[in-house]
This record gives sequence, C-alpha cells and structure tokens, in this order.
Amino acid sequence: MSIWEYANPVKFIRTTDKVLPWIAGLAAVALVIGLGWGFFFTPDDYRQGSTVKIIYIHVPSAFLAINAWLMMLVASLIWIVRRHHVSALAARAAAPVGAVMTLIALITGAIWGQPMWGTWWEWDPRLTSFLILFLFYLGYMALWEAIENDDTAADLTSILCLVGSVFALLSRYAVNFWNQGLHQGSSVMRAGAATGDTTERVSNVFAVPLFISIAGFALLFIALVFLRTQTEIRARRMRALLARERQA
Amino acid sequence: MALKSLKKKRRIQVIALAAVSLVVAVALIGYAFQDGINFFRSPSQVVESPPKSNEVFRIGGLVEEGTLLRGQGEVISFNVTDGGASVPVVFSGILPDLFGENQGMVGTGRYVNGVFEASEILAKHDETYMPKEVVDALKEQGVYVEPES
Repeated sequence: MSIWEYANPVKFIRTTDKVLPWIAGLAAVALVIGLGWGFFFTPDDYRQGSTVKIIYIHVPSAFLAINAWLMMLVASLIWIVRRHHVSALAARAAAPVGAVMTLIALITGAIWGQPMWGTWWEWDPRLTSFLILFLFYLGYMALWEAIENDDTAADLTSILCLVGSVFALLSRYAVNFWNQGLHQGSSVMRAGAATGDTTERVSNVFAVPLFISIAGFALLFIALVFLRTQTEIRARRMRALLARERQA
Repeated sequence: MALKSLKKKRRIQVIALAAVSLVVAVALIGYAFQDGINFFRSPSQVVESPPKSNEVFRIGGLVEEGTLLRGQGEVISFNVTDGGASVPVVFSGILPDLFGENQGMVGTGRYVNGVFEASEILAKHDETYMPKEVVDALKEQGVYVEPES
C-alpha cells in the first residue's frame, strides 16, 4: 500500500469524499471555539487593549499564506519528478485559497498597525516580502490560465512556485535575517504552551485560543484544497470527454 | 521503460540545478544587501557619523525613561537610546497607542543641530502579550518586572 496510489484520480476522489465531511466538520468546530473564545472570552492586553483580538485572524491567516505556498511547492516538485496529474492540480487548487489568506493577513495587519504602530503600511522587510508573496500568488494563477497545454502549464507554474518560495520563506524569516524592521518576531513560538517555558511572553490566556484558531484555519485549508482538487479533476475529465466527442 | 526513467532522471537534474542556482542567487543578493537593508539607524550610528541636516532618515531605539515630556503646546520631546548613545527627539503629532517610556520606537525625520526633528513616529511591538488584569495586579503588589525588549 503505497502513498502514490492516491495519485490515481479515482482513488483520490473516493478517499477525499470519505474524509471531507469529517475535516470540514472539525474545521467548523475549531473555528467556532477558537474565534469565539478569542473574541469574547479573553481579557484585554495590558498595552494593546482589545486590539489584541485581531491576532486570532491575523496569525492563522499569515501562517497559512506561507504554508499554502510551501504545500504548492511540494506538490509541484512531485509533479515535476513523478508526473502525477493530481499533484499538479492540487497545487493549482491551493493557489486561490492561499492568495485569500495572504490578503486577509495583509488587511488585518494594516488594521492592527494603524493604531498600534501608527501606520497602515511600512516598507519593512517582512511586510514587503509578504506583499511580494501575494503578487506571486496572482502571477501563479494567471500563468495557469494563460497556457493552453495542461502539462506545459503545470511545468512552468512549478518553476514559478520554486522561485516564489524564496519570498514565502523570507516573509517568515526576514526578521531573523536582518534583525531589524518594524514587524515583531514570531509570538507564537514564544508562547508558554509551545515551549514549556515558565517565563512566557505570550500568556496562555491568549495562546490557547490562538492555537485552536490556527488548527481551525489549517483544517479549513485542507478541506478547501481537497474540494477544489476534486473539482479540477472533474473539470479536466469533462474537457477530455468533450474533446473526444467532437472528434467522433 | 528505460527511456521513461532517463527522462525522469533528467527532470530531477534540471529541477535540482534550478534550485541550486536559485539558492546561490538569493545568497548573493542577501550578501550584497547585508548593510544596505537597514530599516533604521541606531542612536549610536547617528551620534558617530551625524547625517547632514537635509537628509531624511529613520532612527530606532528605546524611549529613555524619564525623558518623555508631553504638553508643551503641541510638541512632544523625549530621548531615544540604544544603551550606548542617546539622541533627543522632538515631534508634534499623534503618537501611536503602543508608544511609551522604555518602549521601542522608529522615527522618520532629520537630524538638525543635535536634535532629531521627527515628522513621523512609529511604535514597535515587543511580542509580549499579557492580560491587563494580571499586569495591574502584579503592579499593585510591586512585583511587576518590565519584560526586556
């Protein structure tokens, strides 16, 4: 029983159909608990007041914006090496979801930044690389649409994905590279719950609902990618059938 | 079959080559930008080599304790420090919520006669999240320690 069996479109659709309701249900539960807890049952921060609550949307969406691109990178590499069409279609299916996540992170960041930092936008290394990542998402989707031949499109978008992953990684690690800029470092990894550290910088009161929100966003992403990949597979099969009909 | 695996081998070689050249390109750009990508200058750098009075730049550091003066008309003044040197700053405008003594800030403006005249002040956040009640209680008991940023 090899994992590559799931590269068979029929097998993929059959399996994902079975797990999809569970993942979607879990995502809904985690989102309701995480966001509800975060918005209504957490105290105000000692310096940010209630503006801190935007963290429950900003951090999970930024986390997924980066990880969606890395997932697309893995799927693209599998396509390049093993030529599994489902893999290429999964990368294609994830792009719009990742782009929306990037947009959410950019918008919530601006809304938080205006009262806290004193600016909507600043050309800080992390913010800038995140904006470039968003443009890469748009370019990636446009390239898929622009090329007629499915295999050529999958090849070229895979290369674009490889180049774009520079900015996906940069937006996560830019702070560590240059140790400068306006955006703070990663708070999540400093949470007491994550490190077991007792001198926590992010109180568990905030961290626990945040982790539940991240889990909810991640499950939502997986559910959407499964669903959209199924759609892509069916759309491609339909195009193939129509083409065959025209020839007959 | 042999031809197919040869093609696959070639694809892996091409993608590995692309990945390696990408990493090299990024490393070279990062190396070249090592000094050039500074978002702001530290007070020590400014004191050491003062920029011309018409040059607009950013300065970043901590707001020195006990130097923040509000309410002299519209003007707010304070010193920004990085532990080594400290530079006086004047600013008239709205300060962000996170601005305060012992907190990080980034200011845009010009350095005129030993005073930094800021046209924009941004606050830095130090990735500390604590409930307000807890901090208030700690302060009441006198055991609250400012987290280092």
